[in-house]
Amino acid sequence: MATITPALDTHTHDDHAHGHGHHEQSFISKYVFSTDHKVIGIQFLITTILMLMVGGALALAVRWQLAFPWENMPIIGRLFGLFQTEGGQISPEFYTMLFTMHASVMIFLVIIPVLAGAFGNFLIPLQIGADDMAFPVLNMLSYWFMWPAILCFGISFVAGGATAGPGNGWTSYPVLSDIASAAPGSGAAQTWWLFGLTLVGVSSMMGSVNYMTTIINMRAPGMTLFRMPLTIWSMFITAILQAFALPVLTAAGFMLVFDRLHELLPTSIHSGFFIPSGLVVNNAAPTVGGGQPLLWQHLFWFYSHPAVYIMLLPAMGMVSDMLSCMSRKPVFGYKPMVYSMAAIAGLGFIVWGHHMFTSGMNPALGMTFMTSTMMIALPSAIKVFNWIGTIWDGNIQFNAVFLNCAAFVALFIVGGLSGIFMAAVPVDIYFHDTYFIVAHFHYVLFGATLFGVFAGIQFWFPKMFGRLMSDRVQKVHFVLTFIGMNGTFFPMHLLGIAGMPRRYADPYLHGYLEHLLPMNQFMTISAIVMGCAQFLLLGNFFYSIFRGEKCGRNPWQANGLEWSAPSPPGHGNFDVPPVCYRGPYEYSSPEAEALGQDFILQTSPPPAGVVRTAVAHH
Amino acid sequence: MKKFWALFFWFWPLVALWLCAVAPANNWWFPSPPLSTLGHQIDGLFYLILIIVTVTFVGTQFALGYALWKGAVKEPSGKAWFSHGSHKLEIIWTIVPAFILVFISLTQLDVLAEIRVLSNFPKEARNAPVAEVMARQFEWRIRYPKPGTQLMTEPRPGDLYYVNEVHVPATQPTMINLRTQDVQHAFFVPRLRVKQDAVPGLIIPVWFEIEKAGEYELLCAELCGWGHYKMKARIIAETPEQVQAYLARLEQEQNDDGVADEQSSQ
Repeated sequence: MATITPALDTHTHDDHAHGHGHHEQSFISKYVFSTDHKVIGIQFLITTILMLMVGGALALAVRWQLAFPWENMPIIGRLFGLFQTEGGQISPEFYTMLFTMHASVMIFLVIIPVLAGAFGNFLIPLQIGADDMAFPVLNMLSYWFMWPAILCFGISFVAGGATAGPGNGWTSYPVLSDIASAAPGSGAAQTWWLFGLTLVGVSSMMGSVNYMTTIINMRAPGMTLFRMPLTIWSMFITAILQAFALPVLTAAGFMLVFDRLHELLPTSIHSGFFIPSGLVVNNAAPTVGGGQPLLWQHLFWFYSHPAVYIMLLPAMGMVSDMLSCMSRKPVFGYKPMVYSMAAIAGLGFIVWGHHMFTSGMNPALGMTFMTSTMMIALPSAIKVFNWIGTIWDGNIQFNAVFLNCAAFVALFIVGGLSGIFMAAVPVDIYFHDTYFIVAHFHYVLFGATLFGVFAGIQFWFPKMFGRLMSDRVQKVHFVLTFIGMNGTFFPMHLLGIAGMPRRYADPYLHGYLEHLLPMNQFMTISAIVMGCAQFLLLGNFFYSIFRGEKCGRNPWQANGLEWSAPSPPGHGNFDVPPVCYRGPYEYSSPEAEALGQDFILQTSPPPAGVVRTAVAHH
Repeated sequence: MKKFWALFFWFWPLVALWLCAVAPANNWWFPSPPLSTLGHQIDGLFYLILIIVTVTFVGTQFALGYALWKGAVKEPSGKAWFSHGSHKLEIIWTIVPAFILVFISLTQLDVLAEIRVLSNFPKEARNAPVAEVMARQFEWRIRYPKPGTQLMTEPRPGDLYYVNEVHVPATQPTMINLRTQDVQHAFFVPRLRVKQDAVPGLIIPVWFEIEKAGEYELLCAELCGWGHYKMKARIIAETPEQVQAYLARLEQEQNDDGVADEQSSQ
C-alpha cells in the first residue's frame, strides 16, 4: 500500500475502467462463477429479491387463513391440486409449514443475505477503495453455497409429502422438532430444513471472514478507521457478530441432526441431546435419553439474538450514509453512531435469555437478562436521536431514497419502543407468544431493515448498472408499501394486547378472540396491497437495468470513494487508485463551498500545499 | 409536494395514536380487566411502560416530522447546517434514557420475584398444589390427589383424572404443577395474565389467586404441532366447598363400576 503514488486528477472520465492489461473473460466466469465482488453482490441481490417474493407469497397464504379460515385458497389451492382431500382448504399442518417457511425464507434467504451478501459484497471494496475482496474465490463460494441451501429448503417442502413441510417454526424447538412422530413435518422435512440452515451458515461464515479481513487489511491510503463510512462500520461489526455467534448455531444444528439422523438413514448414530427420558409422543414408545430441551433454546438464541442485529445493523449503517447525503449534511455524531453500534453488538451477546422468560429457566437469570435487554434500548435510542439530528436543518432532497430512510427511522422507533414491553419480564409473561411480538419484530425487520434495503437498492443502483431507477415509481412503491405495512402490522399490537396467540391456524375457535376476525380481514387486505406493490419494485429494478436513465459516476453528488469509480466500475473497480483525504460526510463544508458545490469526494485532494504532508503522514 | 411528505410523516403517528385510543371502546384491548392478584400488578406495569413509551413515541415522531418540515420549507438555494454533532446533546440523550430504562427495570423486579421465585410463593399454595396439569398433543390432562391426600409427583391409586377442565378455589392462592407428556406446551390463561411453558422433563409450579368465581379460558401458547390452536380448555374458579363437592362427584364417577346402577334399574 505504501508504494501508491497519489494521482491528483481523480476526475478522469476515462471509459477504460482499468489501466493495467486484462484478458477477456468468458460469460461463465464473468457472470456465473464470478470472483468479482460486484457481480457476486448483484447475484446475491437478485436472488434475495426473488426469495422476497417467495417469502411474501407464503406470508399471504398465512394471512389468507387468518382472515378467511378454512375457506378455499384462491389460485394456489386449485392450481396445484394440493389439498384435494380438504377441498382446497389449507390444512392445519400446512399452516404450520407456511409460517415456518415464511420465517425461514425471509430470515435466512432474504434479510441476512441481502444485507451482508448483496450490499456487503458490493459496497465494502468500493467504499474502502480496494480492488476486490481479500479472498475472491471464498467470496464466490459464499454465494454458491446459498444454492444448496435453497435446494435443501426446497426439498424440505416435499420430502415428507406435499402437505407435510417443516412445521416447527423457524425456532424449531425440540422435542417437537426432534422426534419424527411429533408432527407431520417433523420427519424428513425437518432434517432437510436443518441441512439448509447449516448451509446458509456456511455461506454466511465465508462472507464474514472475508469482510473482516478486507476491511482490516485492504483500505485505501488515508482511509483510517474513523474515516470509514458507517456502512463499512456496520458491515465490520456484523461480520464479527456472525463469526462469533454462528458456530454455536451450527453446533446446535448438528446436535439436532444427530438426534434425528437414525430416522432418515440406517445408522447407529442416535444421540439424545435434547430428548429427556420417558416422553410418550403420539403413542410412540417412551423415549430413552437424558437430554434437556432448554439447551437448544439457549444455543439457538445465543446465535439468533445476535442474528437479529445481523439483520439490522447493516441497514442502520446504510441509512446513515443515505440520510446524510440526502440531507446534504454530515452525520450528526459520527463517533457516537459507531460506539452505539458496537454497544448493540456487545450487549447483543448477553440478552438471548429474553426469548426464554416463560421457558421455566431460573428466575434470577430472567432478572439479569431483563436488565441487559433494557440497556440495549439505549444505543438504539442514541442512534434514533442522531438520525433526527442528521436530518435537522438539512437541505433535504425529497426523493424515494430519502423517504424510505425516513420511514426506516419512523418505523424503527415503533419497533424499538414495543420491545420495551417485552423486555420487562412480568409484562412479557402476558405478551410472550402473542401477536404483540409478531408486530414488534415485523416493525424492526420489515419496517426498519426492508425500508433501508429499498432505499439502498435505489441509491447504489446507478453504481451497479450505470443507470437510475425511476424515482416516481419508487415513490408510488414507497407510499403503497408504507401504508400496507402499517395497515398489516400496527393492528397486530392490538391483537397481542387482546391475547391472540401466534401460530394458531384458527384463533376464532376461542370465544374471546372471535370478534377479532374483521380486524384480521383488514390486515390481510393491507398485506395484499403491500405484496402487490412489490411488483413495482421488481419491475422498476429489471426495467431500469436495461432502460433506465444513464448516469455518470456520481449522480447523487455523494462523497464516498465508490462515487469516484466509473458507473459501473470495471473489474478492479478504480481507474485511478483512490487516496482518501477526509471523512465520508463532509457535505456543505467550507471546503466544499470553496469548490462551489455542497459535497466533496473523499478522494478530492486538499489545496496543493497540504497534499504532501497528508501522504507523508500516511 | 415537499410539505406533503412532511405532513405524511406527521399524519401516520396520529392515526396510530387514534387507533390505540379507540381500541378499548371497540374491544381491541385486554380480553377483560385482570382477574388475579398478580394480573393487577402486571397491568399496572404495562400502563406505566405504555405512558413512558407513548410520550417517547409522540416526541420522536414529532421531532422527525418537524425536521422534515424544516427541510420542506427551506428555500431551494438554502444552505444546510454544517454540523458534526453536539457533545452536550449526546450526553443528555444518553443519560436521560439510561435513567428511564434502569427505572423501568427496577420496577419489574419485585413482581417478577413474586410470580416466579418459588420461595416467594404464598406458603399455603406452595405446600398444597391442587392439581397436576399435564399437557399433551392436543389436550390438558388434569390429575387431582385423592380427596384428603397430598398431590404426589407420580400418580397414585385413587388420584382423580379429568380432561380440559380444571376446578380451583377462587379468592385464595392456588398452585398447580405443570408438566408435559410429549412436546413443549405453554399454560396460558389470558384473563389471569398467567403464562408458563410446560417443558419436557420438568415439573414447573405455577401459582395464581383468582379474584372472582367464574370460567377462564386456558389455551396453549407454545407451538406444539398441527393442532396447537385447538388445545382449548377452561379453568373453573368456585368456592372451596364447591371444589370439594366437584371432587367428590368425580371420585364417585371414577369408582363407579356400573353394577349398582344395573341393580337399581331392575
